[in-house]
Order: sequence, then C-alpha cells, then structure tokens
Amino acid sequence: MSVSTAFAKAKADGRAALVGYLPAGYPDVQGGIDALLALVDAGCDVIEIGLPYSDPVMDGPIIQAAAQKALEGGVRTKDVLRTVEAVAATGTPTLIMTYWNPVEKYGVERFAADLANAGGAGLITPDVTPDFAQDWIAAADAHDLDKVFLVSPSSTDERIAMTTAASRGFVYATGIMGVTGTTQATAAGVAPLIERTKATTDLPVGVGVGVSTGAQAADLAAYADGVIVGSALVRALGEGLPALTALTEELAAGVRRA
Amino acid sequence: MTVSSFDADERGWFGGAEGFGGRFMPEALVAALDELTVAWQEAMADPTFVAEFEQILREYAGVPSPLYLADRLSEKVGARILLKREDLNHTGAHKIRNVLGQALLTKRMGKTRVIAETGAGQHGVASATAAAYFGLDCTVYMGSVDTKRQALNVARMNLLGAKVVAVDSGSATLKDAINEALRDWVASVDHTAYLFGTAAGPHPFPSMVREFCRGIGDEARAQVLEQYGALPDAIAACVGGGSNAIGLFTAFLDDESVDIYGFEAGGDGYDTGRHAATIYAGDRGVLHGARTFVLQDEDGQTIESHSISAGLDYPGVGPQHAHLADVKRATYEPVTDTEAMDAMALLARTEGIIPAIESAHALAGALRVAADRPGQTILVNLSGRGDKDMGTALEYFKLGETE
Repeated sequence: MSVSTAFAKAKADGRAALVGYLPAGYPDVQGGIDALLALVDAGCDVIEIGLPYSDPVMDGPIIQAAAQKALEGGVRTKDVLRTVEAVAATGTPTLIMTYWNPVEKYGVERFAADLANAGGAGLITPDVTPDFAQDWIAAADAHDLDKVFLVSPSSTDERIAMTTAASRGFVYATGIMGVTGTTQATAAGVAPLIERTKATTDLPVGVGVGVSTGAQAADLAAYADGVIVGSALVRALGEGLPALTALTEELAAGVRRA
Repeated sequence: MTVSSFDADERGWFGGAEGFGGRFMPEALVAALDELTVAWQEAMADPTFVAEFEQILREYAGVPSPLYLADRLSEKVGARILLKREDLNHTGAHKIRNVLGQALLTKRMGKTRVIAETGAGQHGVASATAAAYFGLDCTVYMGSVDTKRQALNVARMNLLGAKVVAVDSGSATLKDAINEALRDWVASVDHTAYLFGTAAGPHPFPSMVREFCRGIGDEARAQVLEQYGALPDAIAACVGGGSNAIGLFTAFLDDESVDIYGFEAGGDGYDTGRHAATIYAGDRGVLHGARTFVLQDEDGQTIESHSISAGLDYPGVGPQHAHLADVKRATYEPVTDTEAMDAMALLARTEGIIPAIESAHALAGALRVAADRPGQTILVNLSGRGDKDMGTALEYFKLGETE
C-alpha cells in the first residue's frame, strides 16, 4: 500500500490517518523493529522511521536522547534501511524521516535506490526545503518515492504553494512553532495553516510536532487528514512495549473519535 | 552588494549550486531568514545605518585597530611581520564587530531579544556586551563541558545581564550549543534574532557576518598601503568557523599578488585524527544549514573536533572558505597545538603581546610561511588577546612559579 492509499483508506472510513514515529536503533536495532511492528499492530496507518543523527535541530529532548542512545549503540544507515525492510514487509507504508547530511553522505541516488529496494515509501526531510532539494527530488522521482516536505505556521502562502507542488504522499504541517515533544498543538492553533495548505493542493495534510494524546488526536483529526505522533511514542517505548501499545491504541481510537 | 569575485549568489551559493553554502534549514525558519536577508541588505544600503555602525565601532569598540610592525619578531624570522591588532578591540577580539552589526540590525528590525551560541565564551561575552549596549534581552547557549571549563566567561556574561543556558545534549560543546540555539529560534523567531557567531550557517549568515567583519581587511589594506606603500606578499589568519579570516581576506581577494593563508587547528597533529582541520580534511557535507567541509564519519554523523583552542574547535567551517579552498584562491593548512603554544610564547617574549591561542595559530602558520619568504611582508590578523587563555597557558607552560 502507498502512503496516499493509506490516507485515502482512512478518509473513506471517515477518519484521519494515524502516523507513528520511532527512531531506528532504539533501544537497539531489533528492539526498534519490534517496537515499530507493535505500532503497526496497534493501529498506525503509516510508519515514520527516524534516522538517528548527531545534530537533530528540529527535535526536542526526548527524540534527541533516543537518537543519541541509538548512535551510541552503533546504529548505521544500513541498519535503518534494514529496519525499513522489516516494517514495510507488513504492508504498512513506511517512510524515513531524516536530516539531510546522512543522505548526502550515503549518496542521494544510492539512498533512493536502496530505500526503494527495501520497500520504503519515501522520505520526510525536516531540514531540506524543496528549493534546496533538487538532487532528492530527481532521485525520488526516478525511484517512484514519496517526498514529504514540511510547512510551518510561519510559511508564506507562496512558500506553501511551492512546497506542496513539490510534495508527494502527504504534506507535513508543523502544529506549533517549535521542536518536537515540547509544546502542545491545538486545533485552533493549527487550523489556519491546514486551511492555507489545503488551498494549494489536493494532497492529504498531516499534522505533527506537538501531538501526544488521544484527546489531542481526536481534536486535530477534525481538521487534518493525518495525525503524526513521535516524542510521546518514544517516551512510552522507554517504559516498555505494553505502554507503547497502549498509547498507540489510545491514539488510534482518538483519530476514530473525531 | 558585490564586494569580491568570490561572493555568494542571491541564494547563498558560493561557486554555484554544486559549490558551497545554501540554506539547509527547517521551513519554520525560512521566513525569518528571508526577512533577515532583506533587512540586512536594506540596512547596508542605508547611509544612516552604515554611519551609525561605523560610529559605534569607532567610539565604543576602539576600531580601527592599529597595524603594527613586529620589529623584534621580524628580525628573528627574517621576514617583515605586520600584526593587525584586533586584540586591542573592546572585549578583546574581532568578534565585537560582528555582534554590534547584528545587534544594531536587530534594533532596526524591531526585535527585542537576541540569542547566541558560544564555545569558549568569547562570542557569548561579545553578544552579552552588544545586548547590554542596545538594551536587548540576551540568552547564550553554551555546552555544559564548556561552562565548566570557562567559568570566568560565564561570570562575565552574567555580569553583563545575559542568561547562560548550559547544553547537555550531544557532545555538550559548541556544535550542540548551536543546535540548541536553533531550537530556541524555531520557537521564538517572531521576536528574537539569532546573533550567529561566525561566518557559517545558512544564508545570509556567511555573507552578513563577513560584511560586519570586513573592516579588518579594509582597514589593514589601507593601513599597509599608507604605512609601507605596498600590499603585503601574503596575509594569514586562523580559521575555526572563519569570521576573522574572511573579515581579513575579503579586501584582498581580488589582489592577485597577495597570497592568502588560513590556518586551521591541527590539534594533536592531523594524522592523529584529533584535530579541527576541517578544510584540510576536505570532506563535503551539510552542517548547521550550509554545504561545506565537515568532520564526519562514513554515515555523515558529525565527528567531534579537537583543539587546545576552543575558538577553533568546530567540526564545520564557513562555506566561503570552502569555496576559496576549492578554487585555490586561498591555502588552508593545519597548525598543531604545540606549534600554536610555541608561537604564543614567542610573541609574548619578543613583542610583549600575549595573543589568544586562536590567533597564535595564525602567527605560527605565518612563521612557517615566512621561512620560505625571506624579506617578504606577511600581514597576520592578531584576532584576539590571550587573557582568556591564561588558565590553559598556566597548565601548558607550568606557569605561576616564583623564584
């Protein structure tokens, strides 16, 4: 299933899609795979796998600490691709969220080829905007991969139009001005951005950054096509798989409640 | 605003999109970077802004700094060594130029708060100083390893009224302080300006910081012509992020007869792998918003740099330096901790000037160049004074003994 099919299927059910994020290699490579499979089992429609990076400027303390632990455990880019392969094998569309330098170092074309071979759906790129992503756009198009770029409350209408025109899969709207896992996003706060984004595109719009509870998921699902949760899941995984499953089920119920 | 043949294009690329620089940043910050670019370009085209900046530099910061012929040192090395005395500026280094420029621009843009990153604390102290001068709120991010090593500079910033935040994430040093400042900025960008401490980062910072620091070279070029009637044969500066170096180099880039040298921190020696010689290592990557040379492993994870000099201890470098190295307009070489400390002691004893350890790298490199250039004139940017480094010097030279 593709990312857009997963969003369409959720829409046909009259609900928003649930997108779950965890970094690869946390607490270790196999433990990370097990956790991601638990997200699939507990009701995530799309999976987002973080590529741990030494300098994650869009991430707050929770994801930073998990990424650091993964790197200290020796996780490599090839392990991330192996994780994608294991998760994508379930049939749930699987994206990598990555800062740019690890892709550039791996080789943009080679990364796209290996991601496609692993069954990955595409990339979410938090520190690359389409106007600086020519290499990635070309490689993604050549390998039939999704390009998920971000729009922000501070984006001008012109930049939103430019961003959505270059996107495939869905458009990632950041719920707050800030980094992951800190402030709570509200429907009232994010509605104008979703509206401005939807005015430029038919692509689904997912809201992430600042979403952590089932109630919030329900609240945001009334406006957005997808709800993206990261830090809260990482924190739950820190408590163990049962806590992770319980939170995912709560969020999955949330997107169905709107 | 073309100032040399080596400038960035309007999107921040040095040497085109296959070259260096650009803007690899979260979308959340792009509007602020665009706003900053426009505000800066309008300010630089406004004679009132330029005159005010020059007046503050002159009356408050002690600029222009003198160009000084180091007689006894010259005699010793057999070449004429000229020192651009940025160590005499207010707060003790060239960095005051950059922060006064950026803080004046912050005022003009109507923002009320500034944030800054700092390694050893010099840019933090300079930022706190500029914030006090202009009446702005100031928060400085500093790795927790560095707040412990540089407690005196933390105290300076506190006294100047700034809030210092110790950063524990990652390696808890300069690069992590930059990450944390960027995270603050994403959440505060509507009322906060980020006073970036070096000529690196996303466009427009590499070009903007250069323009605020270029007085170093503009003054030195005029001074050397007036005092000695000819351009120098070579110029030299130390390079960490590269603000003092690009500030010196810019005025000379189109003087083909002038050879340009940048000296990076060679740490324990380049071959040990414990160094900060980013350009010399020559590995392209993207760090803190720009494509440049980066110390990184084979997966693109940033590797920690090493240097006795905190101001050079950074695993990236300004993209214009990467471009100047790439097109061979400037030569970049490593200088080890030992060479730098020897030069520090030599300048202290021959000239009565204690340089910052950063600047001692420039001097050590210049002395190496001088050995092959008997009788020639070499202009060295003495970018800062060594007061802040006395703790390191005390330990390194086993000072403090009395007889």
